[in-house]
Amino acid sequence: MLKDLFNRRRQYVTVGTGEETAPEARQPRPAEERDVPKGLVQKCEGCGALLLAKELQKHLYTCPECNYHFRIGARTRIEITVDEGSFQEMDGGLTSTNPLGFPQYEEKLEAAMRATGLLEGVLTGEALLDGVPIVVGAMEPGFMMGSMGSAVGERIARAMERAAESKRPLVLFTASGGARMQEGILSLMQMAKTSVALTRMHEARALFISVITHPTTGGVSASFASLGDVIVAEPGAMFGFAGRRVVEQTMRQSLPDDFQTAEFNLKHGMIDKVVHRKQMRQTLGALVRMHTARGWAHGE
Amino acid sequence: MANELDFERPIAELKAKIAELKAFMEKNGIDLQGEVDKLEERLKELTETTYANLTPWQRVQLARQIGRPTTLDYIRGLCDEFVELHGDRHFADDLTIVGGVGLIDGQPVTVIGHQKGRDTKENIRRNFGMANPEGYRKALRLMKQAEKFGRPVVFFIDTPGAYAGMSAEERGQSVAIAENLFAMAGLRVPTLSIVTGEGGSGGALGLGITDRIYMLDYAWYCVIAPESAAAILWKDAKLGPKAAEVMRLTARDLLDLGVIDRIIEEPMGGAQKDPEWMVRRVREAVIEGLRELVAVPIDELLRARYHKYRQMGTYVERP
Repeated sequence: MLKDLFNRRRQYVTVGTGEETAPEARQPRPAEERDVPKGLVQKCEGCGALLLAKELQKHLYTCPECNYHFRIGARTRIEITVDEGSFQEMDGGLTSTNPLGFPQYEEKLEAAMRATGLLEGVLTGEALLDGVPIVVGAMEPGFMMGSMGSAVGERIARAMERAAESKRPLVLFTASGGARMQEGILSLMQMAKTSVALTRMHEARALFISVITHPTTGGVSASFASLGDVIVAEPGAMFGFAGRRVVEQTMRQSLPDDFQTAEFNLKHGMIDKVVHRKQMRQTLGALVRMHTARGWAHGE
Repeated sequence: MANELDFERPIAELKAKIAELKAFMEKNGIDLQGEVDKLEERLKELTETTYANLTPWQRVQLARQIGRPTTLDYIRGLCDEFVELHGDRHFADDLTIVGGVGLIDGQPVTVIGHQKGRDTKENIRRNFGMANPEGYRKALRLMKQAEKFGRPVVFFIDTPGAYAGMSAEERGQSVAIAENLFAMAGLRVPTLSIVTGEGGSGGALGLGITDRIYMLDYAWYCVIAPESAAAILWKDAKLGPKAAEVMRLTARDLLDLGVIDRIIEEPMGGAQKDPEWMVRRVREAVIEGLRELVAVPIDELLRARYHKYRQMGTYVERP
């Protein structure tokens, strides 16, 4: 069910460059190679247009024909969002154990690490956005489907606490199939952990912007992703509690095409705004500046 | 025992045999007491070994048995007086989550819980314990009301999961649950929850961030129901028993993992075998827990709540 969600957008037509046949996995490759669609030419999943890699990059991995948003990794996400060269990673060495002794969990983690160059499914740190110091995070859809285990929960909770202490805005890009099955009840408890951490930000009156990217479902959507002071989403991003297939089984009827998309959520009042990737930086920058501007003195 | 489970069948059969023998004795005036005694001894042994060696999957099945006390049964046993309150003030009254105000030994409390049906007809009305967003919003309203009047909140958790349907998605199932998590994290009154049957996923957690968490012996609590876990992990919902083995979802597992504070014992074979005893036992445990909690200053309680949830999970830090 969750797997389908991700696979739906992963079928690229690859015109070989030769690189992909030799994934000498251990060696971390530059983010640009790992995070973004590979090959010289890409076929758009939205409209079928053939796009040159260079052109795709220029359009921030969106289709210039139909505005389809390609999946990108956490590092690229942060690079295209914050002020150039300002990102300082936090907690990059924080990684999972296998608390339940779940079969094959270690192997899955290893494979995810090799595929993404990250030790866990979210990248967090500090950066500048339009010159304003912020805490930023991006979930990595390629790391076990962005699922949230203890280490992901811990990195996010620490980012929230950092934002609370420093009274800086937190901008968090979500992309997750939900809780990580392999950690059982402990993964469910990460929803609780991030919720208590968020109370600190609330007390410190620190701004939390939740940016929904494709897909955000399950335990992540039913916790911090839905708790932003402001919630924005990329066009077409799927955002909902239960996966489409589960809902279809429950309803025993087919659902509208736009079910659970960002636009569906906007219509039903669940999010503030649908923002194109090319306008994201500008929108987030404006919001962050509005919430950190000193303003006029109040009756002093 | 109309609704015995597969693994309980040998017990039921032996019971039937004993009854038959007794009836035969009476009818024909033949003394077979020695035989009956022997069989009854065997029944006792068989019952004990069966329930002492339950697999996680058998526990999951027991936790789902109709006939276990429901939230309203626990409320009736717990509160000397109780007034049920309805509605979320936005959309509807969800019959899957019940709640209200009560008195226990003179102590005002708010009680909120998932309500399953006691038969199929009621189960349809209660949506089989799967709440819609308005249920979680009713719970939120009652929590905030409890906070305003400074009374503790007791939660009864018994749900296979939150409802996954078009209506639930349209009305914001995610945000309804998320807002409850956030509210419970900071609620300025003592809180206690008890998983009485099924603790399914976010639907359970939506009533479950509390100062104390108790669990009945045969209840299960997990990130997802075992059948759904199997469907995701191995693409086969029939592998639920296997998922139950590896997911660590029994009361004992959760105590070992540091998620719950206490296991409340059940009658042999489960709460459904002696509902009245179970309800009394839960009342005792709740009173004991609440007495401890109300004695602690609220700021201290909130600090402890923060640390308890903040440290959940395991991870390592590489240099």
